[in-house]
Amino acid sequence: MKKVIVLILLAVVAYYLVDVFSQIKFGENRFQGENVRDFYLDKSKNDLHVSNSVTSIVVNFRGFDTLGEVTVLFLAATALGSVLYRRKAHGEAVLFNASTIVRSGAHLLFAPILLLGAYVFIHGHLSPGGGFQGGTIIATGFLLMLLAYHDYKVSHGVLTWVESLAGLTFASLGLTGLILGKTFLENFLPIGTINDLFSGGIIPIIYIAVGFKVGAELTGVLYTMLNEKEYKKS
Amino acid sequence: MSLGSNLDLLTVTFYGTAIALILIGLYAALVKRSLIKILIGLSIVDSGINLLLVSIGYLKGGTAPIFSPAVIDKNPAMVDPVPQALVLTAIVIGFAVTAVALALVIRLYRHHKTVNIDEIKNLKW
Repeated sequence: MKKVIVLILLAVVAYYLVDVFSQIKFGENRFQGENVRDFYLDKSKNDLHVSNSVTSIVVNFRGFDTLGEVTVLFLAATALGSVLYRRKAHGEAVLFNASTIVRSGAHLLFAPILLLGAYVFIHGHLSPGGGFQGGTIIATGFLLMLLAYHDYKVSHGVLTWVESLAGLTFASLGLTGLILGKTFLENFLPIGTINDLFSGGIIPIIYIAVGFKVGAELTGVLYTMLNEKEYKKS
Repeated sequence: MSLGSNLDLLTVTFYGTAIALILIGLYAALVKRSLIKILIGLSIVDSGINLLLVSIGYLKGGTAPIFSPAVIDKNPAMVDPVPQALVLTAIVIGFAVTAVALALVIRLYRHHKTVNIDEIKNLKW
């Protein structure tokens, strides 16, 4: 009976979704004259000298929003720690040691994965990628190690320091713009030539900070979750 | 590029997949009894909405919105970067929500020793 009700509800939702989106032509140029897309693309190319315009939107035009976004990530990591906290931290580990092949392979791949993550967030303003993507790649490296070695330890102190310093860098770069008589998060460094590694002013620096922050936070989340112990009923 | 003839096919593929993902996810979230499966359903809804947003920003024949050395002088038509940036934000927020929800599921499992919402009395609807 409940399934029937749910299916009727979903049919109504589907009807309206299809009705709305059949009126938006896929791949059609909907912008005429002055529009937000061309404005962003033009600004990104000529005023900021950032070749990846998604990066310039995320970090510059909507930089304040990104600051809120990393705050949400930080809050999620903190909430996870406080929800899963247990005073007595002994019990049977859920994880077991992987085989020798997996362990050696994980050891071999760990450094290249970190390098790839660093490459992705350092070149966030030049090629597809950026702080969030690079940080996630770094966290997958730590996930691999955590899965291969059941007693792999990540220091929460170091993670907190990396996270705090990266967040502080982001906020203080924004405030420096404010102090120099511009707006919050406005660029105050030379912008260089487009498609150089050192171009775009503060955008690469902020994205590198975001990369460190996201990497540390995701590693912390994975570590907290994987450290969950099996407790016997007593 | 003769995309005009199969434009309808493309529309149906992208919008259809996105809407189908949203519906599958909603179905799983409403019908399934395991908390983990409900969370998987919500994640699928998330993916469907992201796909929908990105496909709205697509431009026929447009390149990626990156001024790489190969395309910077040719001044090509580019897809809309704004939905892509929005989806980047949405993915990160989706991750945060999923992580906190999973933590709450672990907490519930610790207390009730089950993830079936039928057996957790005060979660029934």
